[in-house]
Amino acid sequence: MLTKRLIACFDIRDKMVTKAHKFQNNIDIDRAETVAKKIYADQIDEIIFFDILASAEKRKIDIDTVKMVAENVFVPFTVGGGIRNLDDMYEVLKAGAEKISIDSMAVRNPQIINDGARAFGRQCIVLSMQVKKVDKSEKIPSGYEIAIDGARVFTGMDAVEWAKRGEALGAGEICVNSIDNDGTHQGYDIEITKMISDAVNIPVIASGGAGKPEHLLEVFSKTGASAGIISSMLYSPKMPRNYHVKEIKDYLIANGQPIRPYIL
Amino acid sequence: MIGIIDYKAGNGPSVKSALSHLGIDAVLSADKKILSECSHIILPGVGSAGATMDSLRELDLIDTISEHALVNKKPFMGICVGLQVLFEKSEEDDATCLGWFKGDVVRFDEKDVRVPQIGWNSAKFTRDNAILDGIGEEEYFYFVNSYYIRPKDSEIALAYTNYGKQFCSMINKDNIYASQFHVEKSGEIGLKLLKNFASL
Repeated sequence: MLTKRLIACFDIRDKMVTKAHKFQNNIDIDRAETVAKKIYADQIDEIIFFDILASAEKRKIDIDTVKMVAENVFVPFTVGGGIRNLDDMYEVLKAGAEKISIDSMAVRNPQIINDGARAFGRQCIVLSMQVKKVDKSEKIPSGYEIAIDGARVFTGMDAVEWAKRGEALGAGEICVNSIDNDGTHQGYDIEITKMISDAVNIPVIASGGAGKPEHLLEVFSKTGASAGIISSMLYSPKMPRNYHVKEIKDYLIANGQPIRPYIL
Repeated sequence: MIGIIDYKAGNGPSVKSALSHLGIDAVLSADKKILSECSHIILPGVGSAGATMDSLRELDLIDTISEHALVNKKPFMGICVGLQVLFEKSEEDDATCLGWFKGDVVRFDEKDVRVPQIGWNSAKFTRDNAILDGIGEEEYFYFVNSYYIRPKDSEIALAYTNYGKQFCSMINKDNIYASQFHVEKSGEIGLKLLKNFASL
């Protein structure tokens, strides 16, 4: 049967993996390809790199890093951040990434979801959304609003409606990133992950808040999420402890989750 | 030298990377002369069956591929859409395909499962084969597909997978192999299968 995926997520600045807290205060971890090689050897199911920018000022995707990672990693690999148009998507895919994650760009120009899906297949297009819990209103009936630009700009869009629209436009997967839970290590936002995974029929990726294996068990058992993004718990020096992929997989399997087992 | 058919399929470069990592010479090409010098042929695939068939026709590659695989009997491997186009027709874009094998390609039922299928699923192998040397009876591979094959001749099935229903996830007949899963993105097991293919 199809298994639930563990996706390691890394933010990249100037070829280095960095770790942020609530979208701020970055600290450097290691070189992107070094981290990617290690997590591949650790048998992660999938990898996402965000903001692979040659520099924060020029906002241009660092294609050399994408290539280096793709040459050393033989599990699926997604690139997000800094993608402005179809040409950028093509460059990233040609460099060896499997998928493209689009976020703020898709809110500004929803047609890019459709154009990307038509040009490269919908399986290439991950619609990533930053969601924040707000008061329920006529405009935001789910009680979750979409934000863009590193959670700095609020759009007035309802998260569930946007997810449904993204699916209709041709997204192959939806990544639900909770602004409230990001960096807290207190668990995923179960409520919005469940609402979105119930509302769409494409795979949903839970993101933001994973701090220990129990958080993955919770999101997989209480929502229809197909995958969970993990980050700090793998490698952040700020965490009380880090977890090996094997440890997380063993725990989830022991608790009845369908997971690709770690091969000794 | 392994020839990877270059028709701008998204995963051509990934297949080449995987082979390079294994120390196996490979070339990504649509040039008939270059392909004729290759001992093995891989037909990669990502995207839709209709678009794939259109590209193969535009690049005038259909006769070349058929000649290498069916006449010269070179070891041939199709991946994902590169498996689907070997059948007669696909529901996707209502495409007429190569027709090397009897059967068709249909969509997963949205009532049963999320479509596309994305992720690691297990393939259960039906028989021994040189390409499976060192690979277990049941192993996990990475899938990305909305459509699956329905071969008329069940003898060609080399593996089955479950997603809402059981479907054939790998075939083999003589020198021809093809998998629905992405061997180039299925970790060390996928690499082993590619390595075995190169040794055929």
